[in-house]
Amino acid sequence: MHYIRAVDGVVSRAAVASGAEGAAVVPVHDGLFDAGPPAHLLGSACDSCGLLSFPRVERCGYCGEVDSRPVNLPATGRLWAWTAVTTAPPGYRGAVPFGFGVVELDAGPRVVGRLTEPDPDRLRAHQPMETVVVTLHTGDDGQVVTTYAFAPTVPA
Amino acid sequence: MTTVEVAGVGLHPFGRFPGTSVSDMGVVAVSAALAEAGIGRGGFQAAYCGTAYGGVASGHRVLGKLGMTGMPIVDVEAGCASGAAALMLASSAIRAGQYDTVLVFGIEKMPKGMIRSSFFEPWQEEAGLAATPAYFALRAQRLMTTSGVTKDDLASVVVKNRRHGVHNPDAMFQTEVDASSVLTSRVVCEPLHLWMLCTPNEGAAAVLLTAGGPAPGRAAGRVRLAAAELRSHLAGPVLSESTPMSGTADDSVPPASTLAATAAYESAGVGPDDLDLVECQDTDAARELISYEELGLCPVGGSADLLRRGDTARGGRLPVNLSGGLLSKGEPLGASALGQVVELVRQLRGQAGDRQHPGARVALAHTVGRGANAGVSILTR
Ligand SMILES: [Zn+2]
Repeated sequence: MHYIRAVDGVVSRAAVASGAEGAAVVPVHDGLFDAGPPAHLLGSACDSCGLLSFPRVERCGYCGEVDSRPVNLPATGRLWAWTAVTTAPPGYRGAVPFGFGVVELDAGPRVVGRLTEPDPDRLRAHQPMETVVVTLHTGDDGQVVTTYAFAPTVPA
Repeated sequence: MTTVEVAGVGLHPFGRFPGTSVSDMGVVAVSAALAEAGIGRGGFQAAYCGTAYGGVASGHRVLGKLGMTGMPIVDVEAGCASGAAALMLASSAIRAGQYDTVLVFGIEKMPKGMIRSSFFEPWQEEAGLAATPAYFALRAQRLMTTSGVTKDDLASVVVKNRRHGVHNPDAMFQTEVDASSVLTSRVVCEPLHLWMLCTPNEGAAAVLLTAGGPAPGRAAGRVRLAAAELRSHLAGPVLSESTPMSGTADDSVPPASTLAATAAYESAGVGPDDLDLVECQDTDAARELISYEELGLCPVGGSADLLRRGDTARGGRLPVNLSGGLLSKGEPLGASALGQVVELVRQLRGQAGDRQHPGARVALAHTVGRGANAGVSILTR
């Protein structure tokens, strides 16, 4: 699987600028992440209970209050749980296997996402991770679909 | 307060039955429960039907075939706990004095393969995040980290439950497996191998509940439904069965199964130490061990010890999943919780044949899944 680290800059927009004629790069869903640099997730912070949510919410799912404001979630964190998906799940058109896990971001929220490392043996607990933007697949119309993922910043 | 008793139980075996419709399986289970209770047409005032994939008016189709309609028939969906939800509603109605005899049944014919669920949003599917076994695997890996559970322990759960299942003529798999076969089966999502996961399948189960006192089915043995509780999740745990995309770093938030178990112990006036046997959610091998901890069968972190001591195997102090569990029976969502109740009622009556646990008096059934929904029922004799 092809992926680009956040330090490489704005993956999607660069690809649009230099990519194939007519090709466009679109996120799998709006409002989930920003390619940066550094790439990071878009979350919400609740002024009532102080907890962070991802994806972004208008009403806090922890306390039910409407005091949520948009925040950029920390770009880095530590690996909390991981595995690999070996069979394409329903509705998925990308490659397998791919890494899948939970990263505890530096401010505390634990986030589920793809991991750039598909081999579980090459990952370890508490490994430093960073948010990156990866290519999921290229559609029939040549459109490149991206999503967020987590990549080890140093090898296990 | 009114007590609730089980007047009759019935089952359609769990497996794959290409030639049998889901409602015909329901007819088999319901007819058996009614016959056992000696109750016919007009003998119950309401019916609750648990199903997740049965479609609109599933319960009506079953009772229509039996010529037993007219009373309220309510279909209930609560994921893997659908049958437990139906049981909770029926039991509550009797306790409240609304009815004195209620039919509860669960029916299911699960699609094959990795099941597409409307639970995930389209973008989650497209991003590969609707990978249900991967969430099981992450929970398994966390359990291994926090409780010292090993892959050998996971294989032991499968070996144990499949060994139990040999004695259950209603199970999908009635053959033993050895640990090395489990550990050499294909890796689905590390650390879970194929044989550590239960098979979604088909089946039906029915339970006839009556208000306490002399019941028509009493000759067959008197079993009381001492608690039937259902709970949903609290926000926080990132690996909750509600499958959120994020959670907090606070590990003190109780899971739905613990909420349901705590309520059930309180309703029944018993604690984990009073239990003689348990049927618990073993969607995968790790899930059974997680259930030990969430239900309070052992201290947090103590599931591997409980398993390794042999306490939860046949002949042990607290046998778990003597029916063979979902690992032997397979999992028809709407029927699985009531299938557990049928098993426990038979155990408490002393009618469990070759898998009978002698002298069982207090038993607990537990299901948990998508939603999150968790159901815990306690039966006593
Ligand atoms: Zn809040």
